[in-house]
Amino acid sequence: MTAGPRRVAVLGGNRIPFARSNSVYANASNQDMLQAALDGLVARFNLEGERLGEVVAGAVLKHSRDFNLTRETVLGSRLAPETPAYDLQQACGTGLQAINLVAAKIALGQIDAGVAGGVDTTSDAPLAVNDDLRRILIEANTKKTVQDKLKTLLKVRPQHLVPAIPRNEEPRTGLSMGGHTALTAAEWGITREAQDELTLNSHRNLAAAYERGFYDDLVTPYLGLERDQNLRPDTSLEKLGKLKPVFGGRDGTMTAGNSTPLSDGASTVLLASEEWARDHDLPVLAYFVDAETAAVDYVTGHEGLLMAPAYAVPRLLARNGLTLQDFDFYEIHEAFAAQVLATLKAWEDPAFCQRLGLDRPLGSIDRDKLNVNGGSLAAGHPFAATGGRIVAGLAKALHERGGGRGLVSVCAAGGLGVVAILEGPNG
Amino acid sequence: MADRYTELINSPVGRIVAKQLGLPSPIPLRRWRAGQRVVEGRVLLGGAPGGRLAGPVAQVLAAIGAETATPLREDLRAAAAAAGLDAGPWTPAAAEAQRYGALVFDATGIADPAQLAELRAFFQPTVRRVERCGRVVVLGTTPEAARTPAERIAQRALEGFTRSVGKELKGGATAQLVYVEPGAEGNLEATLRFLLSPRSAYVDGQVVRIGADVGDGVPEGLDWERPLAGKVALVTGASRGIGAAIASTLARDGAHVVGLDVPALADDLDAVVRALGGSSIAIDITDADAPRTIATTLRRAHGGVDVVVHNAGITRDKTLGRMDEDRWNAVIDVNLRAVQRITDALLAGRRPVLNAGGRIVCVSSISGIAGNVGQTNYAASKAGVIGLVDAYAPLLAQRRATINAVAPGFIETQMTARIPFATREAGRRMNSLKQGGLPVDVAEAIAWFASPGSGGVTGNVVRVCGQSLLGA
Repeated sequence: MTAGPRRVAVLGGNRIPFARSNSVYANASNQDMLQAALDGLVARFNLEGERLGEVVAGAVLKHSRDFNLTRETVLGSRLAPETPAYDLQQACGTGLQAINLVAAKIALGQIDAGVAGGVDTTSDAPLAVNDDLRRILIEANTKKTVQDKLKTLLKVRPQHLVPAIPRNEEPRTGLSMGGHTALTAAEWGITREAQDELTLNSHRNLAAAYERGFYDDLVTPYLGLERDQNLRPDTSLEKLGKLKPVFGGRDGTMTAGNSTPLSDGASTVLLASEEWARDHDLPVLAYFVDAETAAVDYVTGHEGLLMAPAYAVPRLLARNGLTLQDFDFYEIHEAFAAQVLATLKAWEDPAFCQRLGLDRPLGSIDRDKLNVNGGSLAAGHPFAATGGRIVAGLAKALHERGGGRGLVSVCAAGGLGVVAILEGPNG
Repeated sequence: MADRYTELINSPVGRIVAKQLGLPSPIPLRRWRAGQRVVEGRVLLGGAPGGRLAGPVAQVLAAIGAETATPLREDLRAAAAAAGLDAGPWTPAAAEAQRYGALVFDATGIADPAQLAELRAFFQPTVRRVERCGRVVVLGTTPEAARTPAERIAQRALEGFTRSVGKELKGGATAQLVYVEPGAEGNLEATLRFLLSPRSAYVDGQVVRIGADVGDGVPEGLDWERPLAGKVALVTGASRGIGAAIASTLARDGAHVVGLDVPALADDLDAVVRALGGSSIAIDITDADAPRTIATTLRRAHGGVDVVVHNAGITRDKTLGRMDEDRWNAVIDVNLRAVQRITDALLAGRRPVLNAGGRIVCVSSISGIAGNVGQTNYAASKAGVIGLVDAYAPLLAQRRATINAVAPGFIETQMTARIPFATREAGRRMNSLKQGGLPVDVAEAIAWFASPGSGGVTGNVVRVCGQSLLGA
């Protein structure tokens, strides 16, 4: 056992471009995409045949046959087959939580290097057998004679053939994530204009980052796609302003433009101890300093579904003796523009911060430091893949800057939120 | 406890019939039960810019553990935060499903009639979000204490506004106006606790005035569940009806109740006070030496009295042309002269029987305010009671004591049950809540006046009438 926790280095990442649902990746499975992202990472960092401490990844929408998705992906990859793996699922927090778990094991000295990732497809969604049909089939299976089996199967009716479709809604409220966020947006008075402006910046920043080659060593083309398919470099406030509201009723402020689209994609991040990085001659892009996970009670309506990061961040700041202003980059996952804006507004609000037990508000952030290389609104949001996209991009941005500090914030279904701090190699 | 019409209207068939015929549709009012939260549902705290009460109100809301929200205005958010109040945000765009148990609006920032627009701006998008049996409380500056004519005009305007809100609210919800003198910002708690809670179920469209505390303010560590613990309370006319309800409510709040009634009702009286662990005095209060006997008994048996409730009252109705001298005198003697004589006896001497910090509560009537056919005697006595409150308030303030009155409207008692059917139905329905009140509703208002926390409330006459159409 090593004495004390070790620093955890982020060495890089690799992902495939994110595609819109039912488009270029329509026939790719979760395993296909995760493997493409992982193989790209292996190639980038010369990890062929390497036995890593572990690979941790997950998907939010998963077929039951993919119970060992990550291990199967490792076996299909060019990593050593002796590399252990496990699956993780924490809604949209999956990717960042996977990184946190790999980082924690490295910090404790349990492993020296590992890969964390995530993948999701909304094109190959896991349709399940209708619950009634499932019961009949299981019952038939328990019958001993063919006659009894047939008799049981005769109970099948046409309506039983309709599959159970996974729904994008909270089981306890029946409201979609967008529906929940519309409530939060209304509560915090988030305007359509502010949301569209944030969306425009997301597209502009992502387009500019691609233009200057920022993503050249972060993204590997896949199935003919070279950039994120959702990116609209030429969008404008005018174009965004024409879209009809999709959540919050006729007077709603949330549109298909300022909400993330359903998307397909995968991402991976390579983490290691400093020794391992040195031994492998790999430069450290950034250090994964700390992470915090929070959950809120959205069921009673006391708090918004996607507001957990607003609680997680102050706890993380307090533990690390930092203020909200002590950062050079803010990577706030743009599930919806309204979610980001409500979170920022909450941090500026004295009453909200009093709820967090703070003497005064966390305050505002320099918006020029927010999602500087694009966010989920432009890139798309294959649920579990977003954490890896953000951490790899932030690590690179910190490396480019030659140091500094970055804050990552990801909201998730179920009232969850995962947040983390990264620091550049020179603090 | 609902009357039969209310029960009928709230049955499935009754609801349809009432709707078709446009009948008044009262709903059963929510009333206080031990262990209940002070306020049910979320409280939305708003205010006109420049007001002085958002902070004090936020402190009270934090103290009662109310779930709250405020509009996203910096002064309100800062006031909530400073009070340690966990307030959610609110904007008019909030989903329709977002409803409130209470709307509290600080209107003290309104210094000019043009700024009355703040009332519309706050209440227009919120008034239909008030839940069943919800509460609207508007807080203003006592007009007489306004600094400019424009402010006085604007503050006086709040009365018309709030009373109209009371008439518009449906589903057992009520609206009140609380005028707070400058400097009395810290004296809100007892009144807000009463007005926001189901204790004020049948109080509607009322104006309450809060001024400087006659004593040293709310006693430290006051137990709001048993504010009268260790206090002695005299209740006249305690053997039945409203008096019995007052006795049991004050006992619930911790007081040792001394019930008083005429010797003919001594058995009933004993039964009431025995159940409450109290004591009794059987005496006719119009007897010449009754005041001295009462004072002596209270001093000898209890070392004095803290709360005096002048509840005993009679009616001897006849139109003026048929009014004989006996009817006239009996009513004036019991309802008014005895009240004054007993009060004087309790205040007499260097060491008065009424303890320091005492509370006197009289029972007036809406007849005393509005007048009533056949009740020239009764209405005179009950209006006189209001005069008594006015006259004694400054005297009692010097002794760190308060005096207030409740003015009940139609209360369901044995007395009102004897009113002929048609008249009774009219009396019951002609108010904003479309029903009669219960004796406990009067008792709860008296308990609020009697509280040691109510030192800033004196000289008030508050009606317990469901905002009756009779009287102002």
